[in-house]
Amino acid sequence: MNSVKADNGASLLEVEDLAVEFDTYGGIVQAVRGVSFSVEKGKTLAIVGESGCGKSVTVQSMMGLIPMPPGRITSGSAKLKGQEILGRTVVNGKEIRGSEIGMIFQDPMTSLNPTMTIGDQIAEPLQVHRGYSYKKAFNEAIRLLEMSKIPEAAKRARQYPFEFSGGMLQRAMIAMAIACKPSILIADEPTTALDVTIQAQILDLLQDLQRETGMAVILITHDLGVVARMADEVAVMYAGKIVEHGMVDDVFYRSAHPYTLGLKEAMPTNDPSLQHELKPIEGSPPDLFSPPRGCGYCARCPYAMQICNQRQPDDTFLTESHFSRCWLHHVSSPNKPDQLYFKEEA
Amino acid sequence: MSNLLEVIELTKFFDMGRNQRVHAVENVSLTIAEKEIVGLVGESGSGKSTLGKTLLGLHDKTAGQVKFRGEVLPQKYEAKDFRRFATNMQMIFQDPYSSLNPRMTIGEIVGEGLKLHQNHDSSIVRDKVAIWLEKVGLHADHMSRYPHEFSGGQRQRIGIARAMILEPEFVVCDEPISALDVSVQAQVINLLGELKESMGLTLLFIAHDLSMVRYVSDRMAVMYLGSLVEVGRADEVYFDPKHPYTEVLIGSNPEPDPELERSRPSTAIQGEIPSPVNVPAGCRFANRCPKVMDVCKSITPQLIPLKDIERQVACHLYT
Repeated sequence: MNSVKADNGASLLEVEDLAVEFDTYGGIVQAVRGVSFSVEKGKTLAIVGESGCGKSVTVQSMMGLIPMPPGRITSGSAKLKGQEILGRTVVNGKEIRGSEIGMIFQDPMTSLNPTMTIGDQIAEPLQVHRGYSYKKAFNEAIRLLEMSKIPEAAKRARQYPFEFSGGMLQRAMIAMAIACKPSILIADEPTTALDVTIQAQILDLLQDLQRETGMAVILITHDLGVVARMADEVAVMYAGKIVEHGMVDDVFYRSAHPYTLGLKEAMPTNDPSLQHELKPIEGSPPDLFSPPRGCGYCARCPYAMQICNQRQPDDTFLTESHFSRCWLHHVSSPNKPDQLYFKEEA
Repeated sequence: MSNLLEVIELTKFFDMGRNQRVHAVENVSLTIAEKEIVGLVGESGSGKSTLGKTLLGLHDKTAGQVKFRGEVLPQKYEAKDFRRFATNMQMIFQDPYSSLNPRMTIGEIVGEGLKLHQNHDSSIVRDKVAIWLEKVGLHADHMSRYPHEFSGGQRQRIGIARAMILEPEFVVCDEPISALDVSVQAQVINLLGELKESMGLTLLFIAHDLSMVRYVSDRMAVMYLGSLVEVGRADEVYFDPKHPYTEVLIGSNPEPDPELERSRPSTAIQGEIPSPVNVPAGCRFANRCPKVMDVCKSITPQLIPLKDIERQVACHLYT
């Protein structure tokens, strides 16, 4: 029933006001502080941000991969095809983790079991979630390796991870993640550990598989180049919150948050007509043990005003699908820097 | 400009036993002029770091020569050679987590070189360390702290202070920014740029981030499986690559520009970098090259200058 709803255009996944914190010796870390987004069937959402901004914790909490304790989901909901998945492992008779949602990780060398053959590891989710016999699952594993464009798949399926290169391991991880035909694939920095030529191969493979299977992809990365190549929608995260969200062109060409602009200016452009100095974002992200009362970015923001330090800004929608969480967009803001995009006056 | 460093047919093999050898660097010739920044790019396993370390004597040379200001450097460094050359040549390492001794304070780490090489007494060392910590954007009172108290970007600054305090002329930066976040990368790059200007440094900048190498470097050298395949002005190599491998490498580099990315055809090439143990005969790139010819599989192309532009390319398309 609920899948019908998804087909009718409602979002495949809807995350509402998700907040996650961790108990540590130093106190409580508020890693994710109210994150909302949705993912459509067949589309790619990229979540960008620097280390420690909460992007991995956001997706791990949906997968039930947060160790609890010390972790704790303090608020929010995540609905897959209309069904709540936070804190649950089974929805509509299907296990979420590995079946409805597949996941690939940053470091393929350490996320595979070194004592099992690649084929056995890919066959495992099929045996667990689909009840396949070992033989049937192993044959399916070979087919999946072929789908992931691994040459001599039948031979490679009987090898161990140490016999694979980094790029091949990442392909094997992808084969494992898509084994049960998930409706969403979460890719957490899938190419960060790989060389650019291998990265291009893996990104092409992900796009091909997405086209064939129609699955949605949530891509977590800090590389704006990868975002530009892959994403339909982009969410920019900073200090546990989404500060800007929109279609990829909106976020790149009509950046509306100072942090997005800062990220772009800190990278070299390769447009020869447009030589600019690298402008680093000075300082470092705030301490999430005691998150700032106002905007998380205000200590590093070149446009910070008095209010930024005192109160949280709200989301300001510039178009239906593009918002920025920044006081500069408030109607009474005195300052409208030229570098940022503002809502056109009616 | 005179040449500060001349590398002549440098080769470094590692013996693996059973008559097997890793051909990490083979027949590399490169000159680096005074006050120049040369960017060295290539995939992992292409020998970039080995080349950088061999230049500084951290590996013995299997064959070939390195000349520093015309003086031939020893084939194998003894303790006295390190003592002599370390004041001229230094290195900044990739991983700011594993390259700082966790049991030493920042003051000890940064001041160690001064103590060893210049026999200063401790109060002078302390003053100089304080000055250098300020110069790289840290505080003098960080001296008594330990590495674990610092973030990645701050640790990389400590690594930079440690290398620069001896005021070397030549510094090998081995992927100094690849472990850092984008916003912090720019901080470190600008710091290196300022130090280069104020101290008149010459840098070999090893990285795999092509956009950053183009931005930072005067010249760019592209390495594949132990050999240089293309050397030229950084901008020219980036925008007008001549070697098929350089073309593939630059084509695979995703640009932060969605429109450009949509219009660009996919340039992914099949296959991966072969093992440097069994190096193929002929051109090392032949088995992955989209423009491969018969001659490529038998004869190794030499790095030769092109006619009209300032460029060296090792490819049969240009012979």
